[in-house]
Amino acid sequence: MNLAELTQLIIDTTRSVLEEQAVETDEVLSADTRLFGDQGLLDSLALVSLVIAVEQGIEEQFGVSIELADDKALSQKNSPYRSIGTLAAYATEQFEAKRRAS
Amino acid sequence: MSTQPVTLITGTRKGIGLFLAQHYVAAGHRVVGCSRQAGSWHHENYTHIEADVCDETQVKALFGQLRRDFGRLDHLLNNAGIASMNHSLLTPYATVRRVMDTNLGGTFLFSREAAKMMQKRQFGRIVNFTTVAVPLKLEGEAAYVASKAAVQALTQVMARELAKFGITMNAIGPVPIETDLIRAVPADKIAGLVERQAIKRLGTCEDVANVCDFFLQPQSNFVTGQVVFLGGV
Repeated sequence: MNLAELTQLIIDTTRSVLEEQAVETDEVLSADTRLFGDQGLLDSLALVSLVIAVEQGIEEQFGVSIELADDKALSQKNSPYRSIGTLAAYATEQFEAKRRAS
Repeated sequence: MSTQPVTLITGTRKGIGLFLAQHYVAAGHRVVGCSRQAGSWHHENYTHIEADVCDETQVKALFGQLRRDFGRLDHLLNNAGIASMNHSLLTPYATVRRVMDTNLGGTFLFSREAAKMMQKRQFGRIVNFTTVAVPLKLEGEAAYVASKAAVQALTQVMARELAKFGITMNAIGPVPIETDLIRAVPADKIAGLVERQAIKRLGTCEDVANVCDFFLQPQSNFVTGQVVFLGGV
Protein backbone atom coordinates (compact mmCIF):
# COMPACT_ATOMS: atom_id res chain seq x y z
CA MET A 1 0.00 0.00 0.00
CA ASN A 2 1.65 3.26 -1.08
CA LEU A 3 0.61 6.89 -1.10
CA ALA A 4 -0.34 6.93 -4.79
CA GLU A 5 -2.59 3.87 -4.42
CA LEU A 6 -4.21 5.33 -1.35
CA THR A 7 -4.78 8.69 -3.00
CA GLN A 8 -6.51 6.93 -5.90
CA LEU A 9 -8.66 4.90 -3.50
CA ILE A 10 -9.71 8.08 -1.68
CA ILE A 11 -10.47 9.88 -4.97
CA ASP A 12 -12.69 7.00 -6.10
CA THR A 13 -14.39 6.78 -2.72
CA THR A 14 -14.98 10.54 -2.58
CA ARG A 15 -16.59 10.39 -6.01
CA SER A 16 -19.03 7.68 -4.92
CA VAL A 17 -19.86 9.48 -1.66
CA LEU A 18 -20.57 12.69 -3.63
CA GLU A 19 -22.84 10.72 -5.97
CA GLU A 20 -24.67 9.10 -3.04
CA GLN A 21 -25.19 12.52 -1.43
CA ALA A 22 -26.21 14.03 -4.80
CA VAL A 23 -23.51 16.71 -4.55
CA GLU A 24 -22.58 18.13 -7.97
CA THR A 25 -19.07 19.34 -8.57
CA ASP A 26 -17.13 20.34 -11.68
CA GLU A 27 -13.89 19.87 -9.87
CA VAL A 28 -11.44 17.24 -11.10
CA LEU A 29 -10.59 15.33 -7.94
CA SER A 30 -6.93 15.20 -6.95
CA ALA A 31 -4.72 15.19 -3.87
CA ASP A 32 -5.30 18.96 -3.64
CA THR A 33 -9.09 18.69 -3.48
CA ARG A 34 -10.39 20.28 -0.28
CA LEU A 35 -12.64 17.82 1.55
CA PHE A 36 -13.70 19.53 4.74
CA GLY A 37 -13.56 22.99 6.26
CA ASP A 38 -13.03 26.11 4.11
CA GLN A 39 -14.24 25.42 0.55
CA GLY A 40 -14.53 21.75 1.38
CA LEU A 41 -16.76 19.51 -0.75
CA LEU A 42 -18.29 17.65 2.17
CA ASP A 43 -20.50 18.49 5.12
CA SER A 44 -19.83 16.69 8.42
CA LEU A 45 -22.29 13.92 7.62
CA ALA A 46 -20.72 13.20 4.23
CA LEU A 47 -17.28 13.34 5.85
CA VAL A 48 -18.30 10.61 8.30
CA SER A 49 -19.54 8.46 5.42
CA LEU A 50 -16.31 9.06 3.48
CA VAL A 51 -14.01 8.16 6.38
CA ILE A 52 -15.94 4.94 7.06
CA ALA A 53 -15.94 4.02 3.35
CA VAL A 54 -12.18 4.66 3.09
CA GLU A 55 -11.50 2.48 6.18
CA GLN A 56 -13.55 -0.31 4.63
CA GLY A 57 -11.97 0.20 1.19
CA ILE A 58 -8.48 -0.14 2.68
CA GLU A 59 -9.51 -3.31 4.47
CA GLU A 60 -11.01 -4.82 1.30
CA GLN A 61 -8.23 -3.77 -1.06
CA PHE A 62 -5.16 -4.18 1.13
CA GLY A 63 -6.38 -6.56 3.85
CA VAL A 64 -5.40 -4.22 6.69
CA SER A 65 -7.74 -2.80 9.25
CA ILE A 66 -6.75 0.71 10.25
CA GLU A 67 -8.56 3.41 12.12
CA LEU A 68 -8.96 6.86 10.60
CA ALA A 69 -10.70 8.31 13.64
CA ASP A 70 -8.90 11.30 15.06
CA ASP A 71 -9.36 13.81 17.86
CA LYS A 72 -8.22 16.64 15.59
CA ALA A 73 -10.98 15.84 13.09
CA LEU A 74 -12.75 19.19 13.42
CA SER A 75 -9.67 21.40 13.63
CA GLN A 76 -9.35 23.75 10.65
CA LYS A 77 -5.59 23.80 10.82
CA ASN A 78 -4.61 20.28 11.77
CA SER A 79 -7.50 18.10 10.67
CA PRO A 80 -6.27 15.10 8.68
CA TYR A 81 -9.49 15.40 6.68
CA ARG A 82 -8.71 18.80 5.10
CA SER A 83 -7.95 17.42 1.67
CA ILE A 84 -7.64 14.15 -0.21
CA GLY A 85 -3.86 14.51 0.10
CA THR A 86 -3.84 15.01 3.88
CA LEU A 87 -6.21 12.08 4.34
CA ALA A 88 -4.00 9.84 2.19
CA ALA A 89 -0.91 10.91 4.15
CA TYR A 90 -2.73 10.30 7.42
CA ALA A 91 -3.87 6.83 6.34
CA THR A 92 -0.29 5.96 5.32
CA GLU A 93 0.91 7.12 8.72
CA GLN A 94 -1.69 4.97 10.52
CA PHE A 95 -0.76 2.00 8.36
CA GLU A 96 2.97 2.39 9.10
CA ALA A 97 2.27 2.76 12.83
CA LYS A 98 0.22 -0.41 12.78
CA ARG A 99 2.95 -2.31 10.91
CA ARG A 100 5.60 -1.17 13.37
CA ALA A 101 3.43 -2.21 16.31
CA SER A 102 2.79 -5.73 14.99
CA MET B 1 -27.76 -10.81 0.60
CA SER B 2 -30.34 -12.69 2.65
CA THR B 3 -33.49 -10.87 3.73
CA GLN B 4 -33.22 -12.41 7.20
CA PRO B 5 -32.48 -9.68 9.76
CA VAL B 6 -29.07 -10.00 11.40
CA THR B 7 -29.05 -9.39 15.16
CA LEU B 8 -25.84 -9.05 17.14
CA ILE B 9 -26.05 -9.60 20.90
CA THR B 10 -23.14 -9.27 23.32
CA GLY B 11 -22.73 -11.45 26.40
CA THR B 12 -24.75 -14.44 25.16
CA ARG B 13 -23.11 -17.27 27.08
CA LYS B 14 -25.65 -17.07 29.90
CA GLY B 15 -28.36 -15.01 31.59
CA ILE B 16 -30.39 -12.40 29.72
CA GLY B 17 -28.04 -12.49 26.71
CA LEU B 18 -28.55 -16.22 26.17
CA PHE B 19 -32.30 -15.81 26.57
CA LEU B 20 -32.35 -12.97 24.01
CA ALA B 21 -30.24 -14.97 21.52
CA GLN B 22 -32.75 -17.84 21.71
CA HIS B 23 -35.69 -15.43 21.61
CA TYR B 24 -34.50 -13.77 18.37
CA VAL B 25 -33.51 -17.06 16.72
CA ALA B 26 -37.08 -18.21 17.45
CA ALA B 27 -38.34 -14.97 15.88
CA GLY B 28 -36.50 -15.83 12.64
CA HIS B 29 -33.42 -13.62 13.01
CA ARG B 30 -29.89 -14.62 12.10
CA VAL B 31 -28.27 -14.13 15.51
CA VAL B 32 -24.59 -13.55 16.19
CA GLY B 33 -23.56 -13.69 19.83
CA CYS B 34 -20.32 -13.18 21.64
CA SER B 35 -18.66 -13.66 24.98
CA ARG B 36 -15.14 -14.13 26.25
CA GLN B 37 -15.65 -17.89 26.40
CA ALA B 38 -17.10 -20.43 23.97
CA GLY B 39 -20.85 -20.36 23.38
CA SER B 40 -23.11 -22.57 25.46
CA TRP B 41 -25.68 -23.60 22.84
CA HIS B 42 -25.86 -24.36 19.16
CA HIS B 43 -28.39 -23.63 16.46
CA GLU B 44 -28.14 -23.35 12.69
CA ASN B 45 -29.18 -19.69 12.91
CA TYR B 46 -26.81 -18.83 15.72
CA THR B 47 -23.11 -18.04 15.43
CA HIS B 48 -20.96 -17.55 18.50
CA ILE B 49 -17.77 -15.52 18.35
CA GLU B 50 -15.31 -15.40 21.23
CA ALA B 51 -14.38 -11.81 21.93
CA ASP B 52 -13.76 -9.50 24.84
CA VAL B 53 -16.12 -6.54 24.32
CA CYS B 54 -13.55 -3.99 25.48
CA ASP B 55 -10.66 -5.28 23.36
CA GLU B 56 -10.72 -3.04 20.30
CA THR B 57 -8.71 -5.42 18.10
CA GLN B 58 -11.01 -8.34 18.90
CA VAL B 59 -14.12 -6.21 18.37
CA LYS B 60 -12.88 -5.01 14.98
CA ALA B 61 -12.08 -8.60 13.97
CA LEU B 62 -15.61 -9.63 14.99
CA PHE B 63 -17.14 -6.94 12.77
CA GLY B 64 -14.81 -7.95 9.91
CA GLN B 65 -16.22 -11.49 10.16
CA LEU B 66 -19.77 -10.11 10.32
CA ARG B 67 -19.20 -8.08 7.14
CA ARG B 68 -17.71 -11.05 5.28
CA ASP B 69 -20.27 -13.63 6.42
CA PHE B 70 -23.49 -11.60 6.40
CA GLY B 71 -22.80 -8.27 4.73
CA ARG B 72 -25.39 -6.52 6.87
CA LEU B 73 -26.36 -5.74 10.43
CA ASP B 74 -29.89 -4.75 11.47
CA HIS B 75 -29.84 -4.88 15.26
CA LEU B 76 -27.33 -4.62 18.07
CA LEU B 77 -28.15 -5.44 21.69
CA ASN B 78 -25.33 -4.28 23.99
CA ASN B 79 -26.19 -6.70 26.77
CA ALA B 80 -22.71 -7.66 28.01
CA GLY B 81 -21.94 -6.17 31.39
CA ILE B 82 -20.31 -6.76 34.72
CA ALA B 83 -21.25 -5.55 38.18
CA SER B 84 -19.26 -4.82 41.26
CA MET B 85 -20.96 -4.71 44.61
CA ASN B 86 -18.87 -2.99 47.18
CA HIS B 87 -18.64 0.15 49.25
CA SER B 88 -16.80 2.82 47.29
CA LEU B 89 -14.19 3.14 50.05
CA LEU B 90 -13.41 -0.56 49.68
CA THR B 91 -13.35 -0.67 45.88
CA PRO B 92 -9.96 -1.09 44.18
CA TYR B 93 -9.31 1.30 41.30
CA ALA B 94 -8.61 -1.69 39.03
CA THR B 95 -12.24 -2.77 39.58
CA VAL B 96 -13.56 0.65 38.62
CA ARG B 97 -11.57 0.57 35.40
CA ARG B 98 -12.67 -2.98 34.57
CA VAL B 99 -16.34 -2.09 35.11
CA MET B 100 -16.05 1.11 33.05
CA ASP B 101 -14.14 -0.65 30.26
CA THR B 102 -16.68 -3.43 29.92
CA ASN B 103 -19.93 -1.54 30.46
CA LEU B 104 -19.16 1.83 28.87
CA GLY B 105 -16.16 0.95 26.67
CA GLY B 106 -17.75 -2.21 25.29
CA THR B 107 -21.03 -0.44 24.54
CA PHE B 108 -19.14 2.38 22.82
CA LEU B 109 -16.96 0.11 20.67
CA PHE B 110 -19.82 -2.13 19.52
CA SER B 111 -22.10 0.84 18.83
CA ARG B 112 -19.44 2.65 16.81
CA GLU B 113 -18.58 -0.36 14.68
CA ALA B 114 -22.23 -1.40 14.29
CA ALA B 115 -23.28 2.09 13.20
CA LYS B 116 -20.52 2.09 10.57
CA MET B 117 -22.17 -1.00 9.04
CA MET B 118 -25.74 0.17 9.55
CA GLN B 119 -25.29 3.62 7.99
CA LYS B 120 -24.70 2.04 4.58
CA ARG B 121 -28.28 0.80 4.48
CA GLN B 122 -29.68 3.81 6.36
CA PHE B 123 -31.26 1.46 8.88
CA GLY B 124 -30.27 0.19 12.29
CA ARG B 125 -31.48 -0.42 15.80
CA ILE B 126 -29.18 -0.31 18.82
CA VAL B 127 -30.38 -1.18 22.32
CA ASN B 128 -28.16 -0.50 25.31
CA PHE B 129 -28.49 -1.88 28.81
CA THR B 130 -28.66 0.23 31.93
CA THR B 131 -30.23 -0.62 35.30
CA VAL B 132 -32.79 0.69 37.77
CA ALA B 133 -29.84 1.05 40.15
CA VAL B 134 -29.13 4.37 38.33
CA PRO B 135 -32.40 6.19 39.17
CA LEU B 136 -32.51 4.43 42.58
CA LYS B 137 -28.96 5.68 43.30
CA LEU B 138 -28.22 2.29 44.80
CA GLU B 139 -25.67 2.33 47.58
CA GLY B 140 -22.93 -0.27 47.38
CA GLU B 141 -22.70 -0.18 43.61
CA ALA B 142 -21.00 3.13 42.89
CA ALA B 143 -18.76 1.92 40.05
CA TYR B 144 -21.50 -0.14 38.40
CA VAL B 145 -24.08 2.65 38.68
CA ALA B 146 -21.61 5.25 37.36
CA SER B 147 -20.78 3.06 34.36
CA LYS B 148 -24.47 2.57 33.56
CA ALA B 149 -25.23 6.28 33.99
CA ALA B 150 -22.52 6.83 31.41
CA VAL B 151 -24.21 4.31 29.12
CA GLN B 152 -27.45 6.32 29.41
CA ALA B 153 -25.63 9.55 28.51
CA LEU B 154 -23.92 7.84 25.58
CA THR B 155 -27.30 6.55 24.40
CA GLN B 156 -28.82 10.02 24.42
CA VAL B 157 -25.95 11.73 22.58
CA MET B 158 -25.33 8.98 20.04
CA ALA B 159 -29.07 8.78 19.32
CA ARG B 160 -28.82 12.37 18.05
CA GLU B 161 -25.63 11.75 16.09
CA LEU B 162 -26.97 8.59 14.45
CA ALA B 163 -30.49 9.83 13.66
CA LYS B 164 -29.35 11.15 10.27
CA PHE B 165 -28.24 7.66 9.33
CA GLY B 166 -31.63 6.06 10.05
CA ILE B 167 -30.27 4.42 13.19
CA THR B 168 -32.11 4.55 16.52
CA MET B 169 -30.45 4.03 19.88
CA ASN B 170 -32.39 3.40 23.08
CA ALA B 171 -31.76 1.80 26.44
CA ILE B 172 -33.58 -0.56 28.74
CA GLY B 173 -33.13 -0.57 32.51
CA PRO B 174 -34.16 -3.88 34.02
CA VAL B 175 -35.00 -4.48 37.68
CA PRO B 176 -33.22 -7.38 39.39
CA ILE B 177 -33.65 -10.59 37.41
CA GLU B 178 -32.68 -14.04 38.60
CA THR B 179 -29.27 -14.25 36.89
CA ASP B 180 -25.66 -14.76 37.94
CA LEU B 181 -25.24 -11.01 38.23
CA ILE B 182 -27.51 -10.81 41.30
CA ARG B 183 -27.00 -14.29 42.75
CA ALA B 184 -24.26 -12.91 44.99
CA VAL B 185 -26.54 -10.22 46.44
CA PRO B 186 -28.15 -10.97 49.85
CA ALA B 187 -31.88 -11.78 49.67
CA ASP B 188 -32.91 -8.90 51.99
CA LYS B 189 -31.09 -6.43 49.72
CA ILE B 190 -33.02 -7.69 46.68
CA ALA B 191 -36.29 -7.57 48.65
CA GLY B 192 -35.54 -3.96 49.64
CA LEU B 193 -34.91 -3.09 46.01
CA VAL B 194 -38.13 -4.71 44.80
CA GLU B 195 -39.98 -2.73 47.49
CA ARG B 196 -38.91 0.51 45.75
CA GLN B 197 -40.54 -0.53 42.44
CA ALA B 198 -44.12 0.42 41.54
CA ILE B 199 -44.79 -3.19 40.64
CA LYS B 200 -43.24 -5.32 43.34
CA ARG B 201 -41.78 -8.46 41.81
CA LEU B 202 -38.50 -9.65 40.31
CA GLY B 203 -38.14 -9.09 36.59
CA THR B 204 -38.02 -11.86 34.00
CA CYS B 205 -36.07 -12.25 30.79
CA GLU B 206 -39.43 -12.05 28.97
CA ASP B 207 -39.94 -8.54 30.42
CA VAL B 208 -36.60 -7.49 28.92
CA ALA B 209 -37.28 -9.14 25.56
CA ASN B 210 -40.63 -7.33 25.35
CA VAL B 211 -39.01 -3.89 25.57
CA CYS B 212 -36.27 -4.93 23.12
CA ASP B 213 -38.96 -6.13 20.67
CA PHE B 214 -40.56 -2.69 20.85
CA PHE B 215 -37.28 -0.85 20.18
CA LEU B 216 -36.36 -3.18 17.28
CA GLN B 217 -39.64 -3.19 15.41
CA PRO B 218 -39.62 -1.17 12.16
CA GLN B 219 -42.56 0.97 13.37
CA SER B 220 -40.34 2.32 16.19
CA ASN B 221 -38.35 4.45 13.74
CA PHE B 222 -39.52 7.62 15.58
CA VAL B 223 -38.33 6.41 18.99
CA THR B 224 -34.73 7.19 19.88
CA GLY B 225 -32.59 8.35 22.80
CA GLN B 226 -35.08 6.91 25.31
CA VAL B 227 -34.44 4.96 28.48
CA VAL B 228 -37.22 2.60 29.60
CA PHE B 229 -37.08 1.23 33.14
CA LEU B 230 -38.97 -1.89 34.12
CA GLY B 231 -41.17 -2.25 37.17
CA GLY B 232 -42.26 1.38 37.24
CA VAL B 233 -39.02 2.72 38.72
